[in-house]
Amino acid sequence: MNLLTILVSTVFVNNYVFARFLGICPFLGVSQKTETATGMGLAVTFVITMASAITYLVYHSILDPLGIGYLQTLTFILIIASLVQFIELVIRKMSPSLYNGMGVFLPLITTNCVVLGVTIINIQDNLTFLDSVINGLGASLGFFLALILLAGVREKLELADVPEALKGVPIALVSAGLMSIAFSGFSGLV
Amino acid sequence: MENILYPILVLGGIGLLFGVLLSIASVVFKVEVDPKIEEVLEALPGANCGACGFPGCAGLAGAIAEGKAPVNACPIGGQKVADNVAQIMGVNAEAVDKNVAVVLCQGSKSKSKDKAIYEGVQDCRYEAELADGCKACPYGCLGCGTCYDVCDFDAIRMVDGVAVIDKDKCTACMKCIDICPKKIIELVPYDNEYIVKCKSEDKGKEVRGYCDIGCIACKLCVKNCPEDAFTFENNLAKIIYDKCTNCGICEEKCPTKCIWTSNEKDQEAAS
Repeated sequence: MNLLTILVSTVFVNNYVFARFLGICPFLGVSQKTETATGMGLAVTFVITMASAITYLVYHSILDPLGIGYLQTLTFILIIASLVQFIELVIRKMSPSLYNGMGVFLPLITTNCVVLGVTIINIQDNLTFLDSVINGLGASLGFFLALILLAGVREKLELADVPEALKGVPIALVSAGLMSIAFSGFSGLV
Repeated sequence: MENILYPILVLGGIGLLFGVLLSIASVVFKVEVDPKIEEVLEALPGANCGACGFPGCAGLAGAIAEGKAPVNACPIGGQKVADNVAQIMGVNAEAVDKNVAVVLCQGSKSKSKDKAIYEGVQDCRYEAELADGCKACPYGCLGCGTCYDVCDFDAIRMVDGVAVIDKDKCTACMKCIDICPKKIIELVPYDNEYIVKCKSEDKGKEVRGYCDIGCIACKLCVKNCPEDAFTFENNLAKIIYDKCTNCGICEEKCPTKCIWTSNEKDQEAAS
């Protein structure tokens, strides 16, 4: 498959948040301000892309040859959690400014379903190594986009005249639903 | 046998590998943390309000331990916290210059004119976006109470369409200052009695047209101040708080009474 097609497809058409409904927890939890949404988005992008590459290698060089593919969920969680810990240690040492920007969000995404979802879908769809990495990158960029969009909407919503019963999370959920419908307009693009 | 052995070996192996890698990494990439940081953090209030200008209490603790921030940098904790932090750092706490927020507008409904009637969402940020708000004065308090809503310390009251801050309850957390769309809330020293409570940069004639209690740029306060403690820019007098000796001459001379003592009369206005 063409790499560009994969990228466009995962960012817009099969957006992991709007079309597959993965990663809803951080999507709603960290979308109150565009600033924190950016930090979270960067952290997720970094982790998913790295995790896609490493889980591909582990699955195809260890799990698959030994015939224990059924252990992938367990193994992937282990890999992702350790990877995130490792990345956190490294950037804390290497770049304190980057750590301040996205460090606090890293522990939050160790067990995020979108990270696990992407790595498992990579294996299910029989993607090659490069395709997996691009798929991971596209998925996380799509997540980033969704997060930033919702954060922008929610910042405006704070000033809007929302009925008392819908204030806060309810109106955010309604907005998210409407955005999901809007994104379905992309289907058929690729 | 293989069916059981391989999964155990593989998972155990991967787990062990990552465990060893992480423990090596934690040594290799160890960041030296000053033990003082932890102690200072303990002494701080832990509210993570951000009023000090650092990202949370941990950020301030780091800055204090490195000597980049004074021991009394926490505006919430006051003298008590400053003393504790000073003890940890081994220096004497200087007396804290306590600041409080003050709304620099007294244009209440009875004293100022409106150019329109506003019936939208009761939120100053929203009103300010619509033609600068309904008040005829472009610098005045809109009176929707957005600062009242964000105040965690119950220090702000709305009195006849203008926000008034109780200086004994104010902790200078800056929340109202950040949220006010008109930028008319400022920090002033707690001990300062006299404040020019107006932000209008219009000429005197215009100010007289829409407000009974605004600064009309007559400069009487500037001319009569014995300490020379005034600046005058853009048709607006401002007290230099360091020089002010609280003599009260400016208040006597001010024809519109927009120079007010900071607390007593606010209390009267509220009651």
